[in-house]
This record gives sequence, C-alpha cells and structure tokens, in this order.
Amino acid sequence: MSGKPSYFGKLSRYYLWYTGSFALFLVAVALLEQEGMPRLWIGHLFMFATIALYATIGVICRTANVTEYYVAGRRVPAMFNGMATAADWISAASFISLAGGLYLQGFDGLAFIMGWTGGFVLVALLIAPYLRKFAQYTIPDFLAARYGGGAGGRGAPVRAMAVGATIIVSFTYVVAQIYAVGLIASRFTGVDFSVGIFLGLASILVCSFLGGMRAITWTQVAQYIILLVAFLIPTMWLSAKHADNPLPAVAYGSLLPKLAEREAQLARDPREEEVRAEFRRRAADDAARVAGLPASWEAGKLEAQRQLAAARARNASLTEVRQAERALATYPNSVPDARALWLERRDANLARARPPEPHATPFPGATKEESDARRNNFLAVVFCLMFGTAALPHILMRAYTTPSVHETRVSVFWALFFILLVYLTIPALAVLAKYDIYTSLVGSDFSALPTWISYWANVDKANPLVSVADINGDGIVQLAEFAIDADVLVLATPEIGGLPYVIAGLVAAGGLAAALSTADGLLLAISNALSHDVYYKMVNPGASTQKRVTISKLLLLGVAFIAAYVASQKPADILSLVAAAFSLAGSTLFPVLVLGVFWKRANHHGAIAGMVAGFAVCLYYMLRASPMLGGSSVDAWFGILPMAAGVFGVPAGLATIVVVSLLTPAPGRNSNGMVDYIRAPE
Amino acid sequence: MTALLLVVWLATGFGTVFFARELSRFTLFDWPLSFYMAAQGASLVSLALIGFYAWRMRTLDRAAQAAAQQEPSS
Repeated sequence: MSGKPSYFGKLSRYYLWYTGSFALFLVAVALLEQEGMPRLWIGHLFMFATIALYATIGVICRTANVTEYYVAGRRVPAMFNGMATAADWISAASFISLAGGLYLQGFDGLAFIMGWTGGFVLVALLIAPYLRKFAQYTIPDFLAARYGGGAGGRGAPVRAMAVGATIIVSFTYVVAQIYAVGLIASRFTGVDFSVGIFLGLASILVCSFLGGMRAITWTQVAQYIILLVAFLIPTMWLSAKHADNPLPAVAYGSLLPKLAEREAQLARDPREEEVRAEFRRRAADDAARVAGLPASWEAGKLEAQRQLAAARARNASLTEVRQAERALATYPNSVPDARALWLERRDANLARARPPEPHATPFPGATKEESDARRNNFLAVVFCLMFGTAALPHILMRAYTTPSVHETRVSVFWALFFILLVYLTIPALAVLAKYDIYTSLVGSDFSALPTWISYWANVDKANPLVSVADINGDGIVQLAEFAIDADVLVLATPEIGGLPYVIAGLVAAGGLAAALSTADGLLLAISNALSHDVYYKMVNPGASTQKRVTISKLLLLGVAFIAAYVASQKPADILSLVAAAFSLAGSTLFPVLVLGVFWKRANHHGAIAGMVAGFAVCLYYMLRASPMLGGSSVDAWFGILPMAAGVFGVPAGLATIVVVSLLTPAPGRNSNGMVDYIRAPE
Repeated sequence: MTALLLVVWLATGFGTVFFARELSRFTLFDWPLSFYMAAQGASLVSLALIGFYAWRMRTLDRAAQAAAQQEPSS
C-alpha cells in the first residue's frame, strides 16, 4: 500500500510531461503551417509522429513475464486503468462515425450514446468486480472454473465455446477498426488503402507484440489523451463560434431552438421542394424500370451499347467515349442484379426526397404506428448495446489489471467518466456541425463552394463521401442537394469550421489513436484466448511460461494479418459491423457471465446450451432480417432491425440456461464454493 | 442494493425513451427534456450510479473486514 502513491505520482508526472510535449508539438506544427509547409507533409508528420510514439512506448514496456504480458502485472492504478479502458472502448466507430450518425439520424442516433454509456452500469454492478476477485487471466478462464464439466471437470467444453465466442466477437470488431485505420491513413498520407492498412497494422503489432497488456495499457493512456484533445479542440472552436461559449456540451442547448427554426424554414422552402420533387421523379423512374423488368433491362443495355457506338462513330472526345464505356461496364450484369441496383437507387432517391427531420424531436413519424416502430427500435438498439458492452471480452479483460477489487469498481467509474468527456461532446458536435451547414452552406452560391467539399468528394470517386450537385439549376445550394456520409463528418469538421489544417491532422491522429487502441485491445483478447485458453489450458498444460508468451505473440501476428486481409476486402460500413459484434457478444456471453455470478444453480449443461442458443438466435435473426445477408426486412419480428438481434438473443440465452440447468443435475460443491468466494467481501 | 440501482438505471435508460414523446413538452434550460436525457442525462445518471456503488461497496467491505477482525473465528 505504501509504494502505490509514489507509483501513481510517477505515472501522473510522466503523462503530464507527455501532454505538455504534445501541446508543444501541436504549436510547432501550427507554426510550420504558417511558414507554408504543404498539407500532405503535415498529414505525414502527424501519422508518423504518433505511430512512432506508440511504438516507442511499446518498446519501453516490452516484457516476457506472464503476469505482465496478460494482465499488466495487476498493478495499474484505477484512474489510469479507467483511461486505458476508455481508449479501448472509444473505437473508430465512436470517434469517426458516431457524430456523423447523429448528424444524419437526429434523435434516433442518441440510442448509441445511451447504449454505450449505460452498459457500464451492468459492467460495474454485475460483472467486473467479481472477475477481479476471481483473479485469473481471461474470460473463458472464469467460465471454465465456474461451470466445470467435461473431462476431469476442468470445463473444457465451456472454455472452448467461450473462446469461440470471444474470437468471433473480437474478430468482427477488429476488422472494423483496421478498416478505419486504412481509411484514415490513406486519406491523410495519400497512400493506397491497403498500404494504409498494413502501415497501421505494423504500429499495432510493435506495441502489443512486444509488451502485451502492459505495453498496451500505457499506449492506450497516451492514445486516450491524443483522442480527447483531437475531439475537443475542433468542437470547442465551433461552439465558441456559434454559441459564444467554448463548452460545447453546455452551449449547444441554446442552438437547438435556432436549429429547429431553421429546419422548419427549410422544410417549407419552395426551392427545396423543387429539388425534392426532382428526387421523387427519379425514384418514380427507377420504380418504373423495376416494374418493367426484364424488358427494361434489355432496353437499357442496348441503349448503353448504342451510346458507346455512337460516341465512337462521331469521333467524340476521349472523355465522352470513356464515359460511355464506363456506363456500359457498370451496367448490371443480369436481371436480378438490375432489380437490386435499381431498388437501392430508388430508395436512395426517395430518402433524399424527404424533408429534413427535426433534430431534437423524438421519433418523428407520419402516423402513431410509424413513430412507435421507431421508438421500439431505439429501445432495442439501446438494449443490445448495453448488454453487448457488458460482455465485450477486451473490456472485461481490463477488470483483471487493477490491484484490488475496490480499484476495479473505481476504475469502471473512471472509465465511464473519461468516455463521457468525449461522449457528451458528440451530440454537441452533431448539432453544431448541422447548424453550421444549414446556415452557411445551404443558401450559398455554387460558384463559391468551400474547398473541403471538392476535397472530400474526390477521395472515393465511386461512392462519393460528400456530394453536391445543382439539381434544380438555380445556382444556389439547397439542403436537399447536399449529401454527406456519416464517416466523414468528424474528419471534415475542422475544415467545415474553417480551422487551420493542423487541426485536421490532429483529428486524423485522434481517429487513428481511437482505432489503434481498440484494435490493440481486441487483438490481445483474441491471442490470449488462443494461447492461454486453447494452447495452455487445453492442448499443452505443461508448457513453460516462456513458451506460452512466445506462442501468444506468434498467434497475435497471425490473427492480425488475417484481420488486415479481411479488412482490405472492404466489408460493410463501420457502424453496422460494430453493432453486429455487440449483439453477438451480448447474446452469447452476457447470460453465462451474469448467471455464473448470481445463480448458483446454473450448471455447465445450461451454460453450453445457453451460449449456443443465444448465438444461434442472434445469428439466425441477422440472416433472416438483414437484406445485406440474403434475408428480407419483411421477415423481421415486430419490425426490429437486424442490427438489434441481441434483443432476442439475450433473453433466449438466459431462458435456455435456466431451463436446461433445472432439467440437469445441480453443479458440484466446487462451483458453489467459488460463487461464495467471489461474492464475499474482501 | 444492486437490484435497487438497476431499477434506477432501467428507469432512466428505458423509461425516458419510452415516454420520450410525452416528455419532450417540458424543457430544461432551452433543452427539450427527452433530448437532454438521451444525450446527457442518462449517461450522467449511469456515472453517478457507478460512483455510488463503488463508494457503498467499499464501506460495506470495510465494515465486513472490521467485523472479521473482531471475531477471528468467523
């Protein structure tokens, strides 16, 4: 006890120094920009400086000791553990996509804020302190010891299933992070997307490869500081600009009525209505084409061929020929393809034909049923995110790293505190950015578009992240003519607010920090599950500690490369990938963890059945209701989105455990004793 | 106590959303109440709950320790 305050003081001093140097670095880069340093260099400087920093911390903290490698020696003070958890937790989705999601969805988007923060109550009250008391290395460790069963009562089947769940959940999640790393790196350094992925990967590996949990903890604290600064500076700037108050979370209340007024004005504007009518017309065209299949598909194909031939025949310019060629090449290959494409385009056009929804009104809807459906979905998403939070292996793993049970509880408090510093600002950023765009961009002249629009519009030509087109031809930007992708908003905020480019670099570094820290934690969770639970506990219990750590490092490398490969295939967008991981985690792991702590009667048959049932229900619902995975939204139960599949999975898991446990013999004295032990006061 | 805190958590988390439309008529400094609860209120309540729980459990733990010291046999 006596040595701890000095350890804590030393750490605080280090990180104060670090924050100070980071501020100096920012000022220096800002000065360099004044001197005319090119933008690309600033991007490079931020990328490489921060990655080098993380790598340095990784090298300093390198270790081959088992306790250090798996749980950072169990001596991370609560506050720093909280900070590291926050960095672990604030993923690329929170940092990059969430504010954009709120911007696009208004009140509905707040489900993410509520779900992601509310879940920590479950962690603190139901799970984390008990895991710490148990004091082992991984989540499967806990489940195997609690439920036993299998050969020799060592719980091999339960352990294997928990490992499987950990890997599936973490892998889905880590792919999303690495994808974000590639997006940011390619945007700010101009390298190819896949090169960006492998660059980011290298920095993740240096850190976790050498030092395991210990290196990751200290890197994550550093990353948290960067991402906090990166998120707060541009938001505070916007807030001071529009609300004359640099505290965004307090200030944006005064903007809400103004925004609502502007929204109402835009909803009535006749020019906006003109643009919306044009989108409705386009949607009707697409609908007519779908109705006319398959004849319309053949006609369209002939038309595209004819255009190309005509362009060639009249010796048109190269660009025109190219354009015609591309139109033919991208033309749908078959009738079903065409149906899918045109339906999608019709929906997109219809979506843009709608008037803007009031930002602060809960569940706007034409009818009571529509509004109710949105409310139910909101609740379902909140539910999934909360229970998912309480079951994410890389967050729960952090419960093992503190010196005592009490410190674990306090560290969850700090974790939520540090997360809230960012999360209370995210809705503010969405409102501020919306206000800025609605008042200064909408209504401006097309000849005087700000440069950030053309900049972002050219990042990805096939699916433009930002698009503005003069649809009704009046030369003035209407709101309905402007479309922005959720993933861009935060990255573009500094430019939207007219800040110097150095801030844009800082935000990118913050996004990178968010993605890297989460990816670190997840990769470690996966490789620990594989090396500790599968290799050490199941395959080769006699392995030396040295060998275990080495195996873990090798596995980490392998998993990281597979994840990077999957990410380079560009799967679905970040937010929906992450939400899928949450639903799966919640339905599979949450019921066994909680019943394991609080219900002595739960036995290993119940645990196995429960994990299978939760996982299966969740996966089945996603497959059934998600159009992306081959189902259809018509089959949805109670109109719940496939993203919120956990709303069925969690109860299914809980119910199965209860029923199967009651049908099979009660667990032995060992697990009873263990439950008593972990629930006893210290 | 855990159960009680969970009830508070449920009420703030799900209750305010369920009745969001009704609540949005009230405002709390310029903010519509339901928007405020969803954006900040619910999260702050969670933070308070966790803080309270950590503090309360520590006092309970200490009390249990003291009791154990007085009667070493138990």
